[in-house]
Amino acid sequence: MTETAFPARWEHRSRGARLALWFGWLGLVALFVWCWQVMTETTIWTFVADAPRQAADIGDRMFPPRLSYLPELLVPLWDTLNMATLGTLLGVILAVPTAFLAARNTTPSALLLRPVALFVIVASRSINSLIWALLLVAILGPGILAGIVAIGLRSVGFIGKLLYEAIEETDVRQIEAVRATGASPSQVLDYGIVPQILPAFWGITVFRWDINIRESAILGLVGAGGLGLKLNASLNVLAWPQVTMILLVILATVVLSEWVSARVRAAVI
Amino acid sequence: MTAYPTTWRRPPQILTHRGWRYAIQLGVLVYLILAIGTVEVNWARVSVGMERGLRFVQGFLQPDFISRWTDISRGLVESLTMTLTSTVVGVALSVPIGIGAARNFAPAWVYYICRSIIAVSRALQEVIIAIFFVAMFGFGPFAGFLTLSFATIGFIGKLLAEDIEDIDEAQAEAIRSTGGSWMQVLNYGIQPQVMPRLIGLSLYRLDINFRESAVIGIVGAGGIGATLNTAMDRYEYDSAGAILLIIIGCVMVAEYGSSYLRKFLQ
Repeated sequence: MTETAFPARWEHRSRGARLALWFGWLGLVALFVWCWQVMTETTIWTFVADAPRQAADIGDRMFPPRLSYLPELLVPLWDTLNMATLGTLLGVILAVPTAFLAARNTTPSALLLRPVALFVIVASRSINSLIWALLLVAILGPGILAGIVAIGLRSVGFIGKLLYEAIEETDVRQIEAVRATGASPSQVLDYGIVPQILPAFWGITVFRWDINIRESAILGLVGAGGLGLKLNASLNVLAWPQVTMILLVILATVVLSEWVSARVRAAVI
Repeated sequence: MTAYPTTWRRPPQILTHRGWRYAIQLGVLVYLILAIGTVEVNWARVSVGMERGLRFVQGFLQPDFISRWTDISRGLVESLTMTLTSTVVGVALSVPIGIGAARNFAPAWVYYICRSIIAVSRALQEVIIAIFFVAMFGFGPFAGFLTLSFATIGFIGKLLAEDIEDIDEAQAEAIRSTGGSWMQVLNYGIQPQVMPRLIGLSLYRLDINFRESAVIGIVGAGGIGATLNTAMDRYEYDSAGAILLIIIGCVMVAEYGSSYLRKFLQ
């Protein structure tokens, strides 16, 4: 009978694993230090040292918020809400066909159209809506149209990605059952696929609408209208009480839209 | 004898009450009319802009990486270093906050403090935080670093706290019953359960932080967004096209890299 030598002490990891882990951490720390040095090359440390005083100063000026500014914010608030809603609508209109082209089980050509649709989704997702707005303000001119298009273009990727994943997860048996009755392809789509993805679709749309409310509140910083425009104007003249008021309005809107979105998603899904 | 219906109508899926359906459809219609009515479009400006848009498409198809390369590479280096440092610092700060925000593992007063830190960090948009940090710390990547670190706390802290609340209590209990101290329970009972997901979330946050670092430059917090903003201001659409292509490329590399690594680690 061979005797297995039990170690006298229990150890969490073997020697090799510990060594590898240690070198991994060392590498991470070295990379961090190097990145830190490259990043802070141009930092002016006197400004950083001055920051607490600046913060106290700004905090002092921000309080109390200028409540009398509220009536002036109602029209930009309406613009912001419209930008988010119409942008989501535009995004949905563009995303639904893209999603059907990108889903493996509904795409008409897996070789040609599917990669194109996937590229559209990735490109739209990798550019933030603020950057879209920056480009579109240059092209369409400042105003809420640029904001709507920016929100719409950004939403395509988000809605498209989640929706095509939902389409790929549909139950094949139900589609098969509809097809067995002799339904045409469009009827299969209408009675077999759409009812299965409809709850997911509404959930995704409302979720994106909620995100879009947050984003459209700041699109005005680059000239796309709404509350961000007022924020930018107030920041430029250093009217800090107005900034506080705008931030409070944004915060209230965001909390409210999150609540609405959570309620709708809970009801639908 | 009951007469069978000869036609079939699909039953409504979501709103079953007819009145609600009509009311909501009418409401949507009224809203759309009102909302589209307030969209003012200056068609003269748009037609002028179309020419600019064409030039932009041209710039995108023939990007100019060379003539502004020093600016672009500086912006890119700032963005990348900012992303890494802020993710490391943000995760390091969010671990204690996440532990504190787990209801099953922290005393109530710590729980409420940590939860409110997370709530503040999540409620404010990165760009708005960046505006404040730029005002406090001056222009440049340091303000961006602070912004992204702060935003990381809310993201990782919340998800880590939820993860700790969802752990298998039996394992923590087993360590506790051997007489393990609070630290030992944390180290041997909880950490092994949440570590894979924490690493996955950190990689995901690294990816998000790079995307955000491209944006906060617009308000002066350094990075490639600042370079892009400058290029747009100078009407150098071919340089702007090059920057956008770099951003798309980096984001795609980060996304596929982080999802590959996460699959590999889990």
